[in-house]
Amino acid sequence: MTDNAPLLIVERLVTVFDVPDGLVKAVDEVSFEVRAGETLGLVGESGSGKSVTALSIMRLVQPPGRIAGGSIRFKGRELLDLREGEMQAVRGADISLIFQEPMTALNPVFTVGDQIAETLLVHRRASRRDAKARAVELLEAVRIPDAAARVRDYPHQLSGGMRQRVLIAMALACSPSLVIADEPTTALDVTIQAQILDLLRDMKSAFSLSLLLITHDLGVIAETADRVAVMYAGRIVEQGPVRAILREPQHPYTRGLLASIPGGTRGGRLQAIEGSVPMLGALPTGCAFHPRCPDRFDRCPSAPPPDYVTGPEHTARCYLHTPPVDRLNGAEGLPTRDAPRRVD
Amino acid sequence: MPFIDVSHLVKHFARGGGLFGRGTVVKAVDDVSFSIEEGETFGLVGESGSGKTTTGRCLLRLIEPTSGSVRFRGEDVLAFPRRRLREARRDMQIVFQDPYSSLNPRMRARQIVEEPLVIHRLGDRRARRDRVAELFHLVGLDPAHLERYPHQFSGGQRQRIGLARALALNPSFLILDEPVSALDVSVQAQVINLLMDLQQTLKLTYLFIAHDLRLVEHICRRVAVMYLGKIVEIGPALSLFSAPQHPYTRALLSAIPVPDPDALKHRITLDPASINREASLREIAAGHWAAV
Repeated sequence: MTDNAPLLIVERLVTVFDVPDGLVKAVDEVSFEVRAGETLGLVGESGSGKSVTALSIMRLVQPPGRIAGGSIRFKGRELLDLREGEMQAVRGADISLIFQEPMTALNPVFTVGDQIAETLLVHRRASRRDAKARAVELLEAVRIPDAAARVRDYPHQLSGGMRQRVLIAMALACSPSLVIADEPTTALDVTIQAQILDLLRDMKSAFSLSLLLITHDLGVIAETADRVAVMYAGRIVEQGPVRAILREPQHPYTRGLLASIPGGTRGGRLQAIEGSVPMLGALPTGCAFHPRCPDRFDRCPSAPPPDYVTGPEHTARCYLHTPPVDRLNGAEGLPTRDAPRRVD
Repeated sequence: MPFIDVSHLVKHFARGGGLFGRGTVVKAVDDVSFSIEEGETFGLVGESGSGKTTTGRCLLRLIEPTSGSVRFRGEDVLAFPRRRLREARRDMQIVFQDPYSSLNPRMRARQIVEEPLVIHRLGDRRARRDRVAELFHLVGLDPAHLERYPHQFSGGQRQRIGLARALALNPSFLILDEPVSALDVSVQAQVINLLMDLQQTLKLTYLFIAHDLRLVEHICRRVAVMYLGKIVEIGPALSLFSAPQHPYTRALLSAIPVPDPDALKHRITLDPASINREASLREIAAGHWAAV
């Protein structure tokens, strides 16, 4: 269970991409922590910056992208200050990453056993024989049947679900304390997805891991996460315990996402969020969600709202939550909750 | 007479073999029968490799079926000579899953939507131009963007272009093959709403092929579940989703992640041994059949 000590603390992380037209902020002052033994779900749609956040933590952002500010502390060490060699020791051994596409993340010309063993040879300086034996153990741990034979298989000989199990085995090889899983089940069928989610949950307790799970699926979040951070256009717009986020979402974007999921009256209209996800190069000013927001205030296009505390460990970046006292003081331009201006 | 009547449809693909080998036969669609009533949305669900996409394509003869029959308003589509088939295809259209790869990147949106009219030699240039503008309006695209290329549109807008193209010839039947699964969640609902609106206004009949069961439950009146090339369960959505009978349907339904922290999760793992591959469909409740 959670003992609440933060394992990873990300503070005001900014990751930018230098493109011909200027600078694009893919991750804009993102702050969160992952505590020992917990699963933090990072939710967002395409272009929300969730994958770039993951790559930033691993310091794997490739040019023209670069980390432009903030801090990433892992077990008290500032990762952004490490030399590349030191960072390499962290990757795989302390923090490992599971990618979305189980076919492209594996090397087609090596057996899966060799690929798992390689991690051990590099990080653990294990002997070849020990590494091979460990590879079989790991495949057994991720419940691949007949593991002793499967280590000699090439990736194309395995199904999508089995390949994802191999990737999980590789991620666990050096007993990391944090695993980052980027859409680990998106490419899989729903019955296989269920098996992989169950496996991740079991592995989390068996290997005492913390998990940073990146997904666009709030159903996956409900089944796996303890806490949730919702990203939109490079920023975290809402953060809180999973129950509070799903039951009492406080940001209009989170509310819209939940409402757009089919359910309710069969055949009835779905509650869509109008417009489309903005491209990072052309972000709306102020709160990036304002052009699509049903609760938009006058001030939203000019000044991005700060984080407001809306409940225990629950914050939302929306003027809906401006404390009443500020309103009474008549602070200039502050919206009033009873008269949100609707914009079509 | 049903609007669409598919009977004992079979599609076998030969695999491997090479020059001298025998190879094997993949039964992608293995004796599939169902019918669709006019104006209804019929759902075809299953996981990758279940044969649902192949079934859809066989209906339009984009893939030639090995055997069986497909009747469209009583006429046997598989018996149509080429010319008649071409005519019939005006009435039966398909919208593909991926709005990124299914639109020609070198054509402007206007040309993409206009192309079916050109191919079928309908109207003069002016009439076609008017029709394209009308179609743009119909699917909620901004006519100011007529001259743009596909990459200048978002995923949801591209799917609207695909839809406008499919509607250009005024079809009565649309096959929607995973029409929203490549789209962002916040945009999926818009496209689904649009599809429901269009069905009302244009009196369309849909075959909705999807793996997202929540969506299928929401918009389909009747549903068939495919597993390894066969329909293992078929019936009214209400009955099938509330009382699934086939072990595969049960496993599939129990695997859907629900965005509810209190959802009681009792995951049913599929035991392939529990499936009797030889069982034929039998009626469990009114109109609800399962191969158990």
